Amino acid sequence: MTDLAEKIIAGDHRSIARLITQVENNAPDAVETMKQIHPHTGQASIIGVTGVMGGGKSSLIFELALAYRTEGKKVGIIAIDPTSPFSGGALLGDRIRMTELSMDEGVFIRSMGTRGMMGGLTSSLYDVVEILDAAGMNVILIETVGVGQDEVDIVKIADTTLVVLVPGLGDSVQTIKAGLMEIADIFVVNKADKTGVEQTVAELESMLDLVNNQERRIPIVATSAKEKKGIQQLVVQIAEHQAYLKKSQTFEKRRRQRYEAELIEIIRKRLMDFIFDEKKLKTTVDCCIDQISKKELDPYSAADQILGKILK
Amino acid sequence: MVKKIRVLVAKPGLDGHDRGAKIVARALRDAGMEVVYTGLHQTAEQIVNTAMQEDVDVVGLSLLSGAHMTLFVDVAVLLKEKQMDDVLLIGGGIIPQEDVPRLKKAGIAEVFGPGTPVEEIVRYIKKNVKR
Repeated sequence: MTDLAEKIIAGDHRSIARLITQVENNAPDAVETMKQIHPHTGQASIIGVTGVMGGGKSSLIFELALAYRTEGKKVGIIAIDPTSPFSGGALLGDRIRMTELSMDEGVFIRSMGTRGMMGGLTSSLYDVVEILDAAGMNVILIETVGVGQDEVDIVKIADTTLVVLVPGLGDSVQTIKAGLMEIADIFVVNKADKTGVEQTVAELESMLDLVNNQERRIPIVATSAKEKKGIQQLVVQIAEHQAYLKKSQTFEKRRRQRYEAELIEIIRKRLMDFIFDEKKLKTTVDCCIDQISKKELDPYSAADQILGKILK
Repeated sequence: MVKKIRVLVAKPGLDGHDRGAKIVARALRDAGMEVVYTGLHQTAEQIVNTAMQEDVDVVGLSLLSGAHMTLFVDVAVLLKEKQMDDVLLIGGGIIPQEDVPRLKKAGIAEVFGPGTPVEEIVRYIKKNVKR
């Protein structure tokens, strides 16, 4: 086992941080360590927190983390902010709301840029979840970027997805829209210290009334991260959802979905690496050009041969 | 492999003015860096712990209250203690010229005063980042 893998399994924060950087940078060194930590994963509860911009997701995650810490659980937090499509840079400011956790040894927070990935996540997120899981975090909270209506990829990773809304987002038409509204395991109406909470909750309830075949009615929790209200109730609802997942065998199904998405992402990345490595691509292609021009080979068969080699 | 420069922009101590820090943070973002901003009122311990978890290449401190001789130096000492000497430590704000040599001796690589063009900071980081 690599030195780094051993330290990560022992929960060493600096090693966790280093390996996350390696996977973010797509460094070849990371692969061996990732392979070695995989058998040590699978214990953490993975909770996705998504929702509109400015909905108070960071503050809510801070409050949830505090609640889990009082239960003695170790908490990993992944906070994702958008990478600029123009400069490639990112301003990662979610920690501002979590300052009080920065000296707690039972908490590990990492800010990440989306780095060109669509869907509200970042492509190395699967790896980062595995790393925090292997490092012994009991709960992993993932904050997506502020989303619109169809950035729903978080469901591929999380066991429980919280969709965070705030009062006054718009009339009831908004509440029957597709996408974001379909992925919630729990609806959170945050900023419940503001007016209009009852109306938002009522609109969500009436939307849920229209759903047929409900084996589990999606709960709605009103919270105020600012006034620290509703947090305990949210913790209870999350625990109930996870108990429901295990009872209904949905848990295993979701985990399988995550591994499927993760595997597809690794394959996608490797293919992209190959395609964007122009030098390598050119040398691979070059050897067929002669044959094609001599009519010994047609371009389609050449492509099959090359792809066969990559996929081998 | 795509390496991005990660920078922590931090405000140590009690001073509550962060416009400068935010302008620098934005300029670094526009130069293609990933910038973690911590918000106000950080202790040296919090800054170093955050730098470790975020695995940044650069820590930029901003201070306008006059406490730089204590707080900047505290961060430098802690970074050394935690064997994080490979992190480039820079500072800015209202820093009298006569303090700069002492700060540099203590481990602050460079100090940028008021009126520094942000491009200069970007250039400095790109040239001097240690890893």
